[in-house]
Order: sequence, then C-alpha cells, then structure tokens
Amino acid sequence: MLLTTLVIYNISCYNVRMQNLEVLKNSFTAKVADFINVVAKKLPDDVLVRLKEMQSNETEQRALAVYDCIFKNLEKAISLDRPICQDTGVVQFFVKVGTNFPLINDLESCLRKAVEIATEKAPLRHNAVETFIEKNTGTNLGTGVPYIEYDLIPNSDKLELTVYLAGGGCSLPGRSTVLMPSEGYEGAFKFVADTLVTYGINACPPLVIGVGFGPCMATSAKLAKKASLRSIGSHNPNEKVAEMEVKLQSALNKIAIGPQGLGGTESVVAVNIENMARHPSSFGVAVAFGCWAHRRGVVEFNADLSSSVLTHEGVTL
Amino acid sequence: MKKILSTPIKTEDVASLKVGDVVYLNGLLVTCRDTGHKRRVLEGVIPKVDLNGGAVFHAGPIVKEVDGRLEIVAIGPTTSMRMEKYEKEFMELTGVKLIIGKGGMGEKTTKACVENNVVHAVYPGGCAVVAADQVEELLDAEWLDLGMPEAFYVMRVKEFGPLIISIDTQGNNLFEQNKRTFNERKVASLTELYDDLKK
Repeated sequence: MLLTTLVIYNISCYNVRMQNLEVLKNSFTAKVADFINVVAKKLPDDVLVRLKEMQSNETEQRALAVYDCIFKNLEKAISLDRPICQDTGVVQFFVKVGTNFPLINDLESCLRKAVEIATEKAPLRHNAVETFIEKNTGTNLGTGVPYIEYDLIPNSDKLELTVYLAGGGCSLPGRSTVLMPSEGYEGAFKFVADTLVTYGINACPPLVIGVGFGPCMATSAKLAKKASLRSIGSHNPNEKVAEMEVKLQSALNKIAIGPQGLGGTESVVAVNIENMARHPSSFGVAVAFGCWAHRRGVVEFNADLSSSVLTHEGVTL
Repeated sequence: MKKILSTPIKTEDVASLKVGDVVYLNGLLVTCRDTGHKRRVLEGVIPKVDLNGGAVFHAGPIVKEVDGRLEIVAIGPTTSMRMEKYEKEFMELTGVKLIIGKGGMGEKTTKACVENNVVHAVYPGGCAVVAADQVEELLDAEWLDLGMPEAFYVMRVKEFGPLIISIDTQGNNLFEQNKRTFNERKVASLTELYDDLKK
C-alpha cells in the first residue's frame, strides 16, 4: 500500500516537472523567436552610433547619397515592420550556457523551433540549401542549420545568447590562411587589406572586420568570427593587440572604400582582433566580414527565463 | 531633376549614360540570380514575359502570401559578380538593356555591355525596404521550384532607385577603376603601417 502511494507520488511529481519543463521550453522558444524578429528589423545600438558617426565624417556626394538611403531604409524597416535586408542569412547562434541552466538539454530543439517560428512571423527569407542535393528546404532549417556554437560556463545557471543574421554577401569574401611565421604581422595585415580590396568591396561596405590569429586555418577562422561579433568600439584586453586594432583600422580607413565600394572618406565600421597562442612553425590568420547591416543581438537569460537584451536599448522580451 | 528610364528601354536611352550617373527606373523589372541565369542560359528555359528592352535585378526577395497572392516584403540587390559567368549570354538571349545589382562585374560582362549597348547599375545594398516600397505590383512569379530567393519574379516598379551606373556602353567600369585606386591607396597605407610596426 505504502509502496503504491510512493510510486504514484513519484509519478505525479515527475509529471509536474515535465509539465513545468514544457512551459519553460515554450516560453523560451517564443522569446528567442521574438528576438530573431527584432534582430532582423533593428540594428544594435553600437552599430547605429558608428554608422551615424561615419555619415557625419563623410564628404563625398555619392557616398552621402548611399548613407541617406541606408538611414531611410532603417527607418522604414521599423515603421513598416519588415526585415532591414532581404537576405536574413543562415541563422547563427553563439551560446554561452551555464552548466546549470534549466534548459541546457533542450537548447538545440528550442532554437530550431524558434527559427521556424521567426521564419514565418518576421518573415525571414528561406536560406537553407541542402548541399549536394542542392535544394532549398523552404524552412530555414537544414543539416546543421541553424548553426549553433556552444561555450560552457561552469557553475552558472544563466545563458547568454547571441543571434547573428549575416547575409551571403558578407559571408562570400571571408578568407582564412596559414602563413610562414617569417611573413609575420606584415603578411597578416597585407592578407586582410588584400582580401578587403579584392572581395570586400562587393560585400556592402562599410564593413565590420573581424581578424583572428591562431595556429591553424580553423582556429583563426573561429576567432575571426568571434572578433566580428564583438561590440563596436570594444577592444582586445591585451593592450598590444588593442593598439593593433586601432592602427589596422586607421590603415584600412585610408583606403577610403566608402559605402558600397563607391569611394568615400572611410572604409570600415570597426576592426576587432581575437588571438590565441600559435604553433612555432605556423602563423594562421583569418578575416571575417560583417556588412553595414550588422544584425547582431545579445540577450541574457536567467534560470527563471527573465531576460535582458544587451544590444538593443528599450527592447524587452 | 531625376533621370528616369522607362521600359522598354532603347539603345539611345542608355548610350549617353556614364559611370557614376544616377538614374531611376519605371516599368517592368524581373529578378534573376545564379540558378535562374543557369536555367535560362544553359537549359534554354524561356520565361513567359518578353524581356526585350527590359531590366533585370540581381535580387532574391522575401515574399509572403497574402489572400492567395504573393507580395514583396523586402528586395535588395545581391552580389552581381556571381552572375559574371552567364551575364553576357543572358543579355544576348533576352535583350535586357539594364542590369541592376550590387558591386562590380568583370571583363566579360563589360565587353558584352559595349557590344550590346547595355548598362550595369548598382542599387544601394541592404536597402531592401526602400526598394520594396518602390515596387508597385508583383505581376508574376515563375520558377518557384528554385526556392524563394532564386525564383523569377516579374514586377512593375516606379522610380526604382537610386541606380548608380557602374558599367557604361563605352566600356567604363566604375568598380574596376575604384579597385585600381583602392589598391594604390592600400600599398601606401600598408607601407606606413609596416614602418609603424618596426618602431
């Protein structure tokens, strides 16, 4: 008798837990879908501030006409509730998840569902083409898409979620290479400048430039992506690297590519560098580009799913 | 005063245009991207609409269905260079006079622009809502099997622009000229940076 009661009690506790989990999952999924929708339609504050600064620094007529169109477009995107750019990208998530965050085991399924909802609601363009089959899935879901990158935070019950919508245009020019160490930093900066002038001008400048330094092609590429997602105006914690960010930004701005590569006063929104130690015999460097419509959003969730949006002032989920 | 081109565009309408000029478009505009160009040029599939004197937009819009009809939500230009391989044949097969996209195109297209009296122009990239607002009506959508971005959309547009001429019928190529300038500035700027690194 006692045993039966205990079993029933345990089952009902389990059921309550499961029901609570379902409620949490649904609430989290809806919030993420809402946030993707915001990121598609509204630029983060730091990018907006820098674009306005670039507009006010601009003197070329043709470039000023492009900035006018850019700001008119940003206003219309909000007033008509539409994505800023038709290319809403392959949805990418960069997740810093506490090992005690209650939905850690369900993150992937929730994020996939959120993309499905946002695709319908925003609406987002269908951008997942299955490779080899060469067929657009029509849902923005595909093998490995949305892309999710995880960082685990031990002993934390929070989640910091970065949503990034990068169009194909600014994904096309990204490059990674491994140089002979003798080529050194001169070789690396030449690689960045060459890539910008050869391929970057078609990628909707002014561009956000993320540069990564590591021991191989893949580590450098990963760091370049991370660098491109750092906030505009922030600096690498290493003073020497921070100094190089400023110098490289100034050097690239002197090329004066202007908005849309039509010529102007400056070239880039920012240069951010991320680095790690390298192998003595290899010198990996990569460059990742973000277009002027740098649709990046960061939101922090607590264990009870209360949240604060870190990139878009005034936005709550 | 705004310079406005209307479809069907004639040779004399585009022959006087020079790189850097700003124009707008009234009339018929169709979208065609990578797989659409391949379908027309390699597979020989002919869309229903007559493109003689028409304008093609390198663009893959967001569309949504409202009351059983498709509507354009956002439509900005895509990188024109991706269509370099097939653009010469595309313009010769279709008779388009105006190619609109983003960034430059190569030598093959530039030569073909001279031979066929065609111009290439750029629409400011990422300005997809402004552009959608200049679309009066989505008239037809073909090749929907290619997926939302790659389908062939037929639109009527009003004062569509600004369109900045980047290849003219004289063979001037704005982006190639810019690239040369940017490369010269790059060499000077890097030399300065290297000197700074040695300090």
